[in-house]
Amino acid sequence: MNASPFQQVEQQLLEPAGLNTSDIEKIFFHLKGADLADLYFQSNRFESWGLEDGIIKNGTYSIEQGVGVRMVVGEQTGFAYSDEISFDALIASAKAAAGIGKAGQTGRVQAWQAKDTQKIKALYQMDNPLASMTEDEKIALLNLADKEARAASPYVQQVIANIAGVHEHILIADNEGNLNADIRPLVRMNITVVVEKDGKRESAGTGGGGRFGFDYFTQADRVREYAQEAVRLALVNLDAVAAPAGSQTVVLGSGWPGVLLHEAIGHGLEGDFNRKGTSAFSGRVGEKVASNGVTVVDDGTLENRRGSLNIDDEGTPTNCTTLIEDGVLKGYMQDKLNAKLMGEQSTGNGRRESYAHLPMPRMTNTYMLAGKEDPQEIIASVTNGLYAVNFGGGQVDITSGKFVFSASEAYLIENGKVTRPVKGATLIGNGPDVLTKVSMIGNDLALDKGVGVCGKAGQSVPVGVGQPTLKIDGLTVGGTELQS
Amino acid sequence: MNTEELQKADVELRELAETVLKFSKKYGASDAELSLNRGSGLSVEIHQENVDKLEYHRDQGLSLTVYMGQHQGSATTGDLSAQAIEDTVKAACNIAKFTGEDKYTGLADADLMATEKGDLDLYHPWNLSAEDAIQIATACEQAALNYDERIINSDGASISTYSGLSVIANSYGFTGVTPSSRHNLSCSVIAQAPNTTAMQRDYWYTTSRQHEALESAISVGKKSAELTLGRLKGRQISTRKSSVLYSPEMARSIISHFTSAISGGSQYRKTTYLLGSKGEKVFPDFIHLHEQPHLISGFGSSYFDRDGVATSDRDIVIEGVLQNYIMGSYSARQLGLQSTANSGGTHNLTLDSTGQTFDELLKIMGTGLLVTELIGSGINGVTGDYSRGAAGFWVENGEIQFPVEEVTIAGSLKEMFQNIVAVGNDVDPRSATQTGSILIEGMMVAGE
Repeated sequence: MNASPFQQVEQQLLEPAGLNTSDIEKIFFHLKGADLADLYFQSNRFESWGLEDGIIKNGTYSIEQGVGVRMVVGEQTGFAYSDEISFDALIASAKAAAGIGKAGQTGRVQAWQAKDTQKIKALYQMDNPLASMTEDEKIALLNLADKEARAASPYVQQVIANIAGVHEHILIADNEGNLNADIRPLVRMNITVVVEKDGKRESAGTGGGGRFGFDYFTQADRVREYAQEAVRLALVNLDAVAAPAGSQTVVLGSGWPGVLLHEAIGHGLEGDFNRKGTSAFSGRVGEKVASNGVTVVDDGTLENRRGSLNIDDEGTPTNCTTLIEDGVLKGYMQDKLNAKLMGEQSTGNGRRESYAHLPMPRMTNTYMLAGKEDPQEIIASVTNGLYAVNFGGGQVDITSGKFVFSASEAYLIENGKVTRPVKGATLIGNGPDVLTKVSMIGNDLALDKGVGVCGKAGQSVPVGVGQPTLKIDGLTVGGTELQS
Repeated sequence: MNTEELQKADVELRELAETVLKFSKKYGASDAELSLNRGSGLSVEIHQENVDKLEYHRDQGLSLTVYMGQHQGSATTGDLSAQAIEDTVKAACNIAKFTGEDKYTGLADADLMATEKGDLDLYHPWNLSAEDAIQIATACEQAALNYDERIINSDGASISTYSGLSVIANSYGFTGVTPSSRHNLSCSVIAQAPNTTAMQRDYWYTTSRQHEALESAISVGKKSAELTLGRLKGRQISTRKSSVLYSPEMARSIISHFTSAISGGSQYRKTTYLLGSKGEKVFPDFIHLHEQPHLISGFGSSYFDRDGVATSDRDIVIEGVLQNYIMGSYSARQLGLQSTANSGGTHNLTLDSTGQTFDELLKIMGTGLLVTELIGSGINGVTGDYSRGAAGFWVENGEIQFPVEEVTIAGSLKEMFQNIVAVGNDVDPRSATQTGSILIEGMMVAGE
């Protein structure tokens, strides 16, 4: 039988440093008086390869490891980290983090004792994705991407393809005596093409990934699918006309356009902003914030998905958390600190970019459940509007609630029919009321392909989004063409 | 990182650099280049008088690129133990065995290496205790919270200090060592008008390499409160063609869109709307853009770029005409040109002002949108199509009328550059790119 994830992580992170659980007990001695404290051990092995001009131009291998020590007293957090995993470095970090304790009056003293590790159903394999293929096989994937993209159209001038994978081991020891481990694989592939036709150039990219090995890309003709999709997108945009400017009916396609939910409501429902009262959604649980039929969840428990985790970065098992149910705001996404201060339970959304960053409430896979409408009928119901099916990134001001997301593939809807492609445009709206303008929900829920990255307070984490086709009555579209 | 730690790092990182270069030869590399860094710092964030976060930072790392003839491999590590260093070199060399032959790859030409490596006065460590940091940030937040009763909450006041050393080296024997420091103080607060539910947030910050040069905590707090109050009762305007005045903080983004369009990478990949524009008139006559890499204490100052190539003062745009691209050695070779010492980016850019104050620019604009915040990244680098979320103020008869929010501004960057009317003398000094406000006519503002 293979070693359990916990044993493997122990071998990877603690044994080389000669650390055992009695050492951990000694570290926690320096964190006495904490309402919450944890040690976050992490090691990452990262590898990427890039192709350009038909040549494998570069490859990178990275080794990152370290340990972060956090102590929370009341609302106050002290934090220090070290890229050296050793007893001395841990003691030094613990003493620094405990500097916060001076300011605190509460807290209790309790001897630290390791508890039995939790048994959690694994959402992904723990195998090393970097070892899932030989170097030659990885390179063959990129060459295939180049070949498929060039075969897709004579207008393709440039193909840039990348693959990247990471194998992450984490171990979290908290002041309650819990020891939790996780082994997380993550891979992705991106293909970007530049097309040129009649002196006009356009570029587009696509890709996919998730928590498995690189062999995922050899299955189901995925490389060809990504390459053809990138070329299709670029060619569509070659013929795009100026986008209309101003408020209009917008139909959003299924899948990646779910970035709307991530920006418009997701961030505003993160526990830290609501505990501090800085979100436009603060204090609004139980209120109607969306049309009937709108149900939005954050689900970290989907198998193999990019945003999924067996346990979050505080050791809490992930959940499927209902954020909005039939239009009513149900609750927030929480980490331990903010849950405790708000008198709630962690929802398993405590995430951090690395040992050198503090955890905070973050999304996992955020999506809207399917409705009943046929997507074709949704489009047919619009006299004049915009049909936006692909997006770049977005951003939100959680206090004012104003959010944007930028379309990279969009079409005019004229008399119920999708007509000309229009140039990419930024859409802007107000988070707390945009979902009240949802007038039709499609029956075609889809999740994105697995390349999403979310940034918050300088920390990046992998996430997923999804939604069915949606009709929104009145979003401001940032085009350049005055509507007649 | 104090002077003593810095000296220790200087000795250790130079030695490590030699070790890495030696290992690279041993494992078969014909050439190698690397960067090493070590630094430490402290940051404190206060929220409603509470120490929200007290963080101690301590970072180090190695980033290595090896060449086996015309094949390249890279590796990085945060672990600088002897074993990790050797593993990292091996990993880079292993990768170089699998990458393709690239005739443009390799170290920059040897005769371009920097020889002048004087002191640019970038390192001024701040021995800031946690207690003092807490006291300064608390005073900053208090100044904002007490400024006006409509300031109802804080989004945090933060102070941070960081200093460290970076070493770059290559197998020509080039070594460049840069000690540097950076200190920041910022405050963000939330306002609400009486009998309304909408909240607004804004912020102010100060940053410097010398902590004595930071604005006072009281001043930062008050400014953040003033800016936040200014946004209350913001509203949409109707969709229209309009002039747009970018505040100095936002104007920097226009320069960065321009520099990415003339970067060597976007030129050789042909992913830019300014393809082959060297020698062309891309701005009006009055636009001049300079790079000055040797400014004392400048945020972007350096005698060498990431390739080790010597930097020098140069004009990027004179009388609206693009003089040259922004290239490191690799993209320069792709284009058949010489490196402009911009591997890793530009070193202190200045856009010359056309002489007007901010108030004079408002008068020149007459009617239009003053933009003080931009969100989202709706820019197509290949076509130059531009569409971003914006907030700011509506201006009529040269005077600010009311705050504006939830609008987008859109145009084509190529036309926007040509449609610049004036550049103010209200320079924001907090960045390696220095510009005043920029007035652009003929943009589309979308709202209601």
